Amino acid sequence: MKHIISMLIENESGALSRVSGLFSARGYNIHALTVAPTEDDSLSRLTLVTSGTSQEVEQIVKHLNRLIDVVKVLDLTEGLHIERELMLIKLSTTGDTRDEYKRLVDIFRGDIVDVTATTYTVQMVGKSAKLDAFIDVIDPGLILETVRSGTVGVMRGEKCLQI
Amino acid sequence: MEMTGAQILIHYLEDEGVEHLWGYPGGAVLPIYDALDTDAKNLSHILVRHEQAAVHAADGYARSTGKPGVVLVTSGPGATNAVTGIATAYMDSIPLVCITGQVPTGMIGLDAFQEIDTVGVTRPIVKHNFLVKNVDELASTLKKAFYLATTGRPGPVVIDIPKDVQNAKSTYAFPQEVEMRSYLPITKGHGGQIKKAVEMMLSAKKPVLYTGGGVILGDASDELIELTRKLGFPITQTLMGLGAFPASDNLSVGMLGMHGTYEANLTMHNSDLIIAIGARFDDRVTGNLEKFCPDAKIIHVDIDPASISKNVLVDIPIVGPVKQVLTEMLRVLERTELSMDQAALDDWWSQIEDWRATNCLRYDSTGAKIKPQAAVEAVWKSTDGKAYVSSDVGQHQMFAAQYYPFDKPRRWLNSGGLGTMGFGLPAAMGAQMAFPDETVVCITGEGSIQMNIQELSTCLQYGLSVKIICLNNGFLGMVRQWQEFFYERRYSMSYMDSLPDFVKLAESYGHVGIRIDDPKTLQAQLDEVFSEKYKNRLVFVDIITDQQENVYPMIPAGAGLNEMILV
Repeated sequence: MKHIISMLIENESGALSRVSGLFSARGYNIHALTVAPTEDDSLSRLTLVTSGTSQEVEQIVKHLNRLIDVVKVLDLTEGLHIERELMLIKLSTTGDTRDEYKRLVDIFRGDIVDVTATTYTVQMVGKSAKLDAFIDVIDPGLILETVRSGTVGVMRGEKCLQI
Repeated sequence: MEMTGAQILIHYLEDEGVEHLWGYPGGAVLPIYDALDTDAKNLSHILVRHEQAAVHAADGYARSTGKPGVVLVTSGPGATNAVTGIATAYMDSIPLVCITGQVPTGMIGLDAFQEIDTVGVTRPIVKHNFLVKNVDELASTLKKAFYLATTGRPGPVVIDIPKDVQNAKSTYAFPQEVEMRSYLPITKGHGGQIKKAVEMMLSAKKPVLYTGGGVILGDASDELIELTRKLGFPITQTLMGLGAFPASDNLSVGMLGMHGTYEANLTMHNSDLIIAIGARFDDRVTGNLEKFCPDAKIIHVDIDPASISKNVLVDIPIVGPVKQVLTEMLRVLERTELSMDQAALDDWWSQIEDWRATNCLRYDSTGAKIKPQAAVEAVWKSTDGKAYVSSDVGQHQMFAAQYYPFDKPRRWLNSGGLGTMGFGLPAAMGAQMAFPDETVVCITGEGSIQMNIQELSTCLQYGLSVKIICLNNGFLGMVRQWQEFFYERRYSMSYMDSLPDFVKLAESYGHVGIRIDDPKTLQAQLDEVFSEKYKNRLVFVDIITDQQENVYPMIPAGAGLNEMILV
């Protein structure tokens, strides 16, 4: 099962490689990873998506907690949470497809953020599955490039990941 | 007081109470070596002959004393040579602080002479590491390093100090306190879990205590002895745990695992409750996990939550320092109104005694050649079982673990996790430096000893009177044994050809060399080695042993604990 693991880490050089190194050393996989400083610039928030049985994920969380640079860890998928991913996708569009893709972008509540005579660049935000669904409806031959931010998320309500 | 980074380091180590610094100089640590010359008062530096040995020696010091070992090496090859030692300490959770020199900060990343990314190279094999970029942070970083190395689950910490930081000036005061928001070692086990565990222990019919190196690291030997005797349960110890509970006590059923005793492995396999304390269900202990102790419930006490349910799912996890948890268990036991099923325990013991009667460690000692088991037993007799014993890795290590029963913790020094050949001699040096008046023995083989033989020179320089017992069978014995069992006796590369004359070699280093090849004179010759005559001399004892001898019992890979090969 897919798990979204969110953590606060020391905003220091090397902290990220300790986390990614743990995953490669212990044979865990990382589907996606995103990291940036928080409002407290001594801390970074790192979110990663991994998969495994609940026992495997529990072990991952325990090993993450063992890293000195990791301040706090939370498995978002354990509870109700909001998750979002940002995608920029550049499409080759001429002739008839321009109208069709404009409608599709509207249906998916995306925005066309750059237009040229031959391309649309679409910005889309949502759960990863929604972004996947959008990609599925586009003719693969017309996708020029795709860039995705990786998932970020927070728990619903008052529950927070904070120190 | 204003001083250079190098001086701060020396002053810090003295203020921290460090006695010995094991190291080797080089370009990127010259300022530190200069400060050692000008500023050190009580700190003694031991010049090894290879950086790997510096780390093993500091490790042997740490294992035998419980205090952190401290190492100083230069950048590049100095650091990479230290890597095997650091990994050895990491796998066995030994507290070490390893200081490495680094090229000046302005040259980092430019492929400078003797530059290596030490923090990157050592990251997977340390508890934590630091690159100190600012001299103002040096003292506080050192404080953190010692704190991390020695608390919680101990381990090695590396501090990489660029040369310009060693030369830069700052004011120094010994930091009294350390605080790290992301590191709060646990100080207490959960009271409710401990209570539940004690209830489960009292209702067990076929219980067994399975204890490991964590008991020694956590200085909980006294508490373990008290608890075990109070309960009257059988106890088996891992390779790393030997000595925490006296081997001579009848409650001890010996070591378990791949080369454990018949009674220990069968007691585990047939138990209905395993109380695991400071042990980590290593693959050499469990054998095939699918066949592991099918009827047992498991209580697991460990300071590291990541060790719990890693290999084997447990029923009652207790995260906490072993000493505190055992103390609390004793307190709960004292107050409980529950009582044990003594009749069931008696039945269990009579079963265990039947297994013990197999006498699985028997061997044929009638031949013309010295049996390695006999050699270790003779060393035990000569030293009254009271020596500090280090070992290398291979058959001799298992023979030492099986035939030199330990009654005290911190006497048995061996690389259990990583299995590092070349560990024995330098580790013995560390113990001998810590206890100059005690007998320190290095039980080794002709393969392993050659991996750090150069340290004979260090031993001469510092008068380290280690007694080296080399079980010389002309084979990489454990490799040979596996080839005999599993590769149809194709002894590929396990034969040690062109061996040096170890007696002459020892003599050329200024030590005493003695060869023993007759079973009849074995004990008398060893008695002499350990007599007053050689008290202050290193003696290299080259014992020519039976080439074909194997380590038994043995659990082959993929088998369960009940599927042992006996003699």
